Amino acid sequence: MRISKSPWLLHYDGSSCNGCDIEVLATTAPRFDIERFGIINTGNPRHADIFLCTGGVNSQNQDVVRQIYDQMPDPKVVLACGICACDGGIFKDCYNILGGTDTVIPVDVYVPGCAVRPEALIDGVVKALKILDEKNEKMKRGEYRSLTSSEYAAKINGDVKEAGDSEGEEKTDA
Amino acid sequence: MAAKRSVIPFGPQHPVLPEPIHIDLITEDEKVVEAVPSIGFVHRGLEQLVTKKDFGEMVYVAERICGICSFGHGYGYVKTIEHIMGIEPTDRARYIRTLLFELSRMHSHILWLGLMADAFGFESLFMETWRLREKILDMLESATGGRVIFSIIRIGGLRKDVPDDILKGFIPELEKVVEGIKSCEKVFLSDPAVLSRLKGVGYLSKEDAINLGCEGPFLRASGVDWDNRMRGYAAYPSVDFDIITSNDGDSYARCYVRIQEIYQSAAIIRQCIEKMPQEGIYVPIKGFPNGEHMTVIEQPRGGACYYVQASGKKFIERMRVRTPTFANIPALVKTLQGCDVSDVPILVVTIDPCISCTER
Repeated sequence: MRISKSPWLLHYDGSSCNGCDIEVLATTAPRFDIERFGIINTGNPRHADIFLCTGGVNSQNQDVVRQIYDQMPDPKVVLACGICACDGGIFKDCYNILGGTDTVIPVDVYVPGCAVRPEALIDGVVKALKILDEKNEKMKRGEYRSLTSSEYAAKINGDVKEAGDSEGEEKTDA
Repeated sequence: MAAKRSVIPFGPQHPVLPEPIHIDLITEDEKVVEAVPSIGFVHRGLEQLVTKKDFGEMVYVAERICGICSFGHGYGYVKTIEHIMGIEPTDRARYIRTLLFELSRMHSHILWLGLMADAFGFESLFMETWRLREKILDMLESATGGRVIFSIIRIGGLRKDVPDDILKGFIPELEKVVEGIKSCEKVFLSDPAVLSRLKGVGYLSKEDAINLGCEGPFLRASGVDWDNRMRGYAAYPSVDFDIITSNDGDSYARCYVRIQEIYQSAAIIRQCIEKMPQEGIYVPIKGFPNGEHMTVIEQPRGGACYYVQASGKKFIERMRVRTPTFANIPALVKTLQGCDVSDVPILVVTIDPCISCTER
């Protein structure tokens, strides 16, 4: 596929065992090297387009994950890296784990694996590129705005009934 | 005029940290006068999983305490259970375990060198060290099937044998890695720009290192010759190696100790391959563990303790792990006092923090 933009990545450890974290870093290192496409691992949420979240989310970390997500500019894509980020994985039964990343913020791409392999991550990022392009197009037409974390929380708790799909809110102009 | 005190938060999300830790830096101008760490961002509570997974399944949970030292955690738990159940693994299993343990140590130390290079802003050196690390991961993958989480160890031995021709192939690969590290060593230990960031930064005296209960390369860099591998477990009594120490006690010394340990691990692996016995890899186990035991092993970051209490049932009663980073945090806080704000990332990285281990 054609890459029209070089999105920047932001990585944060929800509460993983570190295995996925070092694989995320290895994806940017010379063997797998997605940096050759200009996909840079940045440390600043304000500069990031794709959020790589590893590990299930624990009680203390949930606010940090929400805050990082809210700080990222639109359009943004969230990747759940590894099986723990997808649904809690081996730590699902732990008392301090709330579940996968999608318990606190909306997730666009799920990349399973324990630990997630760099090849799978690259595939996930490529899928994210397509979603990013679509969101960008919709945003230009003024049809799309991503959910904030508090709106998402209200949605999954069922407080607000929304007709939108699970991917994100479809906002139509009045 | 006295400088005004201000608090600078460091973390939990910070470019230098692959994992979340939060430190409140209380500063006067550019000097840090006090550092208050707060942890708990990666706490999963996996020790409680003993009530839900049986003692055999807990091996895989123990491996996932941390993805960097995963083999060591699995080994520590298995060693404790084997001691309680009175199982003596075969010699070949012991040698292969030692070999994999040392490969993990090499990959952990090389990873640390990369993070260190990243912390003092030498991006190409980070890339170079991580390129070398991929060779180690290739070896681990050919031996076990996994890159960072291996799941090859089980109570009584190993889940699968590593064929001799694969092991023989490790020797030329290790040569290449050692060659590569030697060229990186020149930059880490003699480049003037790097020296200006490392020499004399974060000094910790021998007395402080002992009193604050440091562990691993951090302790050895302050001149204490303590290495739990010398206590004799796995195949370590049968191989020849020394404790590497340095008397400088600064960031440079920690860099030196870890680089030398990479060479040492390569030498241990070579000896293991040469002496590899030919026999089975698994001793069948009967019944359930009954009793309690505590084991100390030397992880890449230092001594880690494993405690297991079992009462003859399928599910063990209690598992407890004390990891080296936890022991090193008091010393980190000590070295942070009086340092420049710009040196904080380097000092945090020099203890080789593994937050996943610490908080579990």
